[in-house]
Amino acid sequence: MAIFSVYIINKAGGLIYQFDHNHSRPELEKTFAYPLNLMLKIYDDKVVVAFGECDGIKVGHCVLGINGITAEGRYLQDGREILEVLSSPENYPINIKFGRQKLSTNEKIMLASMFHSLFTIGSQLSPEPRSSGIELLETDVFKLHCHQTMTGIKFIVIADPRQTGVDVFLKRLYEIYADFALKNPFYSLDMPIRCDLFDTNLQQTIEQTERQGINTV
Amino acid sequence: MTIYNLHIFDRNGTCLYYVEWNRRKSAGMSQSEEFKLMYGMIHSIKSFVSRISPTDLKDGFLNFKTNRYKLHFYETPSGLKIVINTDLGVGNIRDTLHQIYSNIYVEYVVRNPVCDLDKPITSELFQTKLDEFIRGLPFFPSRIN
Repeated sequence: MAIFSVYIINKAGGLIYQFDHNHSRPELEKTFAYPLNLMLKIYDDKVVVAFGECDGIKVGHCVLGINGITAEGRYLQDGREILEVLSSPENYPINIKFGRQKLSTNEKIMLASMFHSLFTIGSQLSPEPRSSGIELLETDVFKLHCHQTMTGIKFIVIADPRQTGVDVFLKRLYEIYADFALKNPFYSLDMPIRCDLFDTNLQQTIEQTERQGINTV
Repeated sequence: MTIYNLHIFDRNGTCLYYVEWNRRKSAGMSQSEEFKLMYGMIHSIKSFVSRISPTDLKDGFLNFKTNRYKLHFYETPSGLKIVINTDLGVGNIRDTLHQIYSNIYVEYVVRNPVCDLDKPITSELFQTKLDEFIRGLPFFPSRIN
């Protein structure tokens, strides 16, 4: 039971607000001997597992650190290149930390505009007339709920598939947006939302929804 | 309840088969353009979902809903994709999509030496079997137009 994150997209497809609710991404640390039984490759300037799943390390996980030194992109914090460190046998045995990569702000902006176009295509390809865009998208580990207002702003909530009351939460989110962002004299329309009152009220509502979700089960 | 249409795509994005039953709105573009748009959308949703997901996915993207229809998606490990649009009353039909793959596509296309696997399906046997199967589904039509 959880609400994972909230996105608000303006009518042009720009991300104006994003909030990740505290959930820890799983991280795994393991000591390896030479040669490595995983295939690693560079993808999107990160070192990613391309082949060979073992002990919970999955394809798509990226290297977060080596021997306690944090990774920054495809380099370590001390400036060495990760793939080079891993290719020399004298560095072994070696301790590597893997995990799902965190989305950077740029990636979040990109994903938001990607959803904006998917939303439109979803309504264009409808077999029935007068369809809206995507309102609910299901996968096996999360559900994405989207609510578009009359003015074209999209509120997106990514939640656990079993989370209840998300529809009410979306309406509530719109209310909070109207009350604490739109009524803030320092907020300009279609720009990123930086209002303290908005943040605190949103967090309270998320926690309230999560608690109610548990009560109704 | 009703089923609107069905697409089968291969792993390269070629539309192998398309059939529609109770469709009331056309997309306002040529059919080949529509197939490309549909495949592009599915492909983007897959990449979107795998990146935005907070944890590791197993089956990945399953379906989406708008206020008018529901799109169900099924992909085999070989990359064959089946997409079915139904109305909103239809629940989880993953088993049905798997049956279309294993009992109809594999039986009447893969096991037919005359069928090219990367060309649109022209086999009449496949077409009739698929039509029969879909019309036999409990959530198929019963809507009187």
